[in-house]
Amino acid sequence: MKPILRMVTVSSLSLAFIYAATGQVTSTRLLESSKEPQNWLMYSGDYAGRRYSALDQITTANAANLIPKWAYQTMAGGKFETTPLVVDGILYATGQDDRVFALDAKTGRPIWQYQRPLPGDIRPCCGKVNRGLAILGDKVFVGTLDAHVMALDTKTGSVVWDVSAVDYRKGYSFTLAPLVIKNLVLLGVSGGEYGIRGFIDAYDVGTGERKWRFYTTPGPGEPGHDSWEGDSWKIGGAPAWITGVFDPVTNTTYWTTGNPSPSNRGEGRAGDNLYSNSLLALDPDTGKLKWYYQFTKHDEHDYDATQVPVMMDYGGKHLIVQANRNGFFYVIDRETGKLVFATPYAQQTWSDAKDASGSPVARKGSSPTPEGNRTCPGAAGATNWMSPTYDPQSGLFYVTAREQCDIFSTAPQPYDQGHAYYGSAYFPNDDAQPFWGALRAIDTGDGKLRWEFKHTSPTWAGVLSTAGGVVFTGDAEGNFIALEANSGKVLWHFQCGASVYSSPMAFAVNGKQYVAVAAGSTLFTFGLP
Amino acid sequence: MKLSIESNNGTSRRALARRLFFSILAAILLSYCGFCSTAKGQEKNPLAGDPKSAKLGESQFRANCAFCHGLGAKGGGRGPDLTRAQKKHGNADSDLFRTINDGVPGTSMPQNGATQQGVGMTPDEIWQVITYIRSVEVKNTGALAGNPAHGKELFYGSIGCSTCHMISGKGGRLGPDLTAAGTARSVDYLKESVRAPSKRLAQGISEAMKEFSQEYETVSVVTQDGTAFQGVVLNEDSFTIQMLDVREQIHSFDKAQLKSYEKTRTSLMPAYDAKTVGEKDLDDLIAYLLKIGSEQGGPQ
Repeated sequence: MKPILRMVTVSSLSLAFIYAATGQVTSTRLLESSKEPQNWLMYSGDYAGRRYSALDQITTANAANLIPKWAYQTMAGGKFETTPLVVDGILYATGQDDRVFALDAKTGRPIWQYQRPLPGDIRPCCGKVNRGLAILGDKVFVGTLDAHVMALDTKTGSVVWDVSAVDYRKGYSFTLAPLVIKNLVLLGVSGGEYGIRGFIDAYDVGTGERKWRFYTTPGPGEPGHDSWEGDSWKIGGAPAWITGVFDPVTNTTYWTTGNPSPSNRGEGRAGDNLYSNSLLALDPDTGKLKWYYQFTKHDEHDYDATQVPVMMDYGGKHLIVQANRNGFFYVIDRETGKLVFATPYAQQTWSDAKDASGSPVARKGSSPTPEGNRTCPGAAGATNWMSPTYDPQSGLFYVTAREQCDIFSTAPQPYDQGHAYYGSAYFPNDDAQPFWGALRAIDTGDGKLRWEFKHTSPTWAGVLSTAGGVVFTGDAEGNFIALEANSGKVLWHFQCGASVYSSPMAFAVNGKQYVAVAAGSTLFTFGLP
Repeated sequence: MKLSIESNNGTSRRALARRLFFSILAAILLSYCGFCSTAKGQEKNPLAGDPKSAKLGESQFRANCAFCHGLGAKGGGRGPDLTRAQKKHGNADSDLFRTINDGVPGTSMPQNGATQQGVGMTPDEIWQVITYIRSVEVKNTGALAGNPAHGKELFYGSIGCSTCHMISGKGGRLGPDLTAAGTARSVDYLKESVRAPSKRLAQGISEAMKEFSQEYETVSVVTQDGTAFQGVVLNEDSFTIQMLDVREQIHSFDKAQLKSYEKTRTSLMPAYDAKTVGEKDLDDLIAYLLKIGSEQGGPQ
């Protein structure tokens, strides 16, 4: 009797295991994503925003042998910025023009495809792009270019719910991958080029009902409202178009915001312009602000903070770090919001001093002028939305950097709802050397550069680190590149045929590791022979 | 009964065929609607001459176009001078609309709203930009002193531009084809290119979605067997280089395999000072380029 009982117990245990490995994604699985490195359950791979894969089959010793495994072509034009999700052998991703598709992760063969019929008058700022999905239960969640939030059935791609967040004609859109926390799907809005009022929303995963909205420019009576001149907060921008992160220990979700509008003209919006260019710590259940840290006050150079902030613990401290578009690497205590230190990781001329807290402050005379004022970084920033990665093994933070200064010119521009609202122009600095880019490995302890790999020209590819000691990135010339995490030595590269405008990820099917990246109109996967 | 069923089936098949026909027709019409904005481009500019639209157009221009075409539309190192009446890709309002909305394939000129620089523009906003461009156009470009016929003699003769530059299929390949240079570049830029060719290197290949075009950089390589090549960079990435040597031979090299590899931003083209090419000869040469350019202008 006893042995039989044991057998039953064992088999039910293994059944339970199989169910856990192949069942629907639960909140617990999202929290414990590190326990299933074969899957990539959210945009940055985990709630900490590390874009780190614990898969270690591809190593510094064998990465030279990598070969393409399959490719999936969307056949759409424009930038392909997605990071796929992989859940138990199924890959879910988005494409240009709000395409969503599910593929057999082993073969690349499509299982379902969805494309949203978009109105002709959408106002995306920089191409009809989308960066990815969030998943929970039997639904994937997507934000659309016409500012809707949708849930699609994971098995069929059918629309389960579809809600309008805001009137897209005023310049609003969604381009980021949403983030699921508990039973809410969180996402922030794009539109900093149109004089919108930025916000971060949370929707019920089951019904699509909006549970809270946090406006990133405070209204009358709210703290921070007096950081805006007159009614400028109403069209103050501060969009939140990059996916946030989540600390379950303190129940805090961190989101970043973009430029105040108009992006390159400070006249008419005197003040710090809260909460533009900031890191926000929010209660994910209520959307209530716990604290904020503003990287660039009263910005006039389009120095968005919309890069994934990365949580890490170092020297007993709970930190959150960001290589900001303004050229400084910031380390912040994620419990208090206090700056630990900020140090440059790229050429910058906008700041020549720090305040008492150590925060860089703007140099007098760095503002755009009618005739043009050369400032570094340029309007594209020292980095941009492409994801950095933190490798807990090497202890290094890897970021795509850009060396480009621009000449910032400003001109008065009346606000016209739904129309571009820059108040400016900017140009590359013609007499300079060609702009260039680099993958930089930064020591998180002191912010010092450990190594860099120079790109021929600036790239919009993000970075992935893996437990095999290999980091992956791409370049504007179309190469997908594997480098040694400790040294920056190139181990392997593959010519994808078009610029990489995405951040790579890794997954495994049937025990075999794959690395995936979008380039051109194609999603590529690579693996060992 | 059976017949009737067949007949019914036949009817429904015909209905189906009809529906299919109309669906296809609708699809064709819809696909044309994808060109609706282009269709609007075939009209005259509805905002022509309106100063308020020109002002709005200037804001749009600053946000979307000035990055390459410069403040005041006078052209930068990247984009052509748009104040010239003669446009490389057509002078009519409809041509300008098409160029702005659809971009120019094979060049750095992107499709409306497709790139990092600037935002997508509505048809109205494009017309505003066209109104602005018209407002800054310099109408009389024929006033330039210069004898194009003599310029042609110099180009193919004593100055020897044609050793490296091609016009309408005749000439060398090492430097940029100059057939359309007269419409694409300002007179100042053209003169600077003769006097100080290294100041702003000419642009070579533009790849779809790649932000920056390849420039006419100079490259010298020595292979493992000691063979040396000098020439211009046709294209390059972190690992390989494609070059045209001074004998117009194309080479592809794996950078890691080369004994030495040096790239400079000093143009292979000599700088022609006033002693080698006098001011009058320079005017004649530019007049020739402008004449060829104006003959080449118009819709592709």
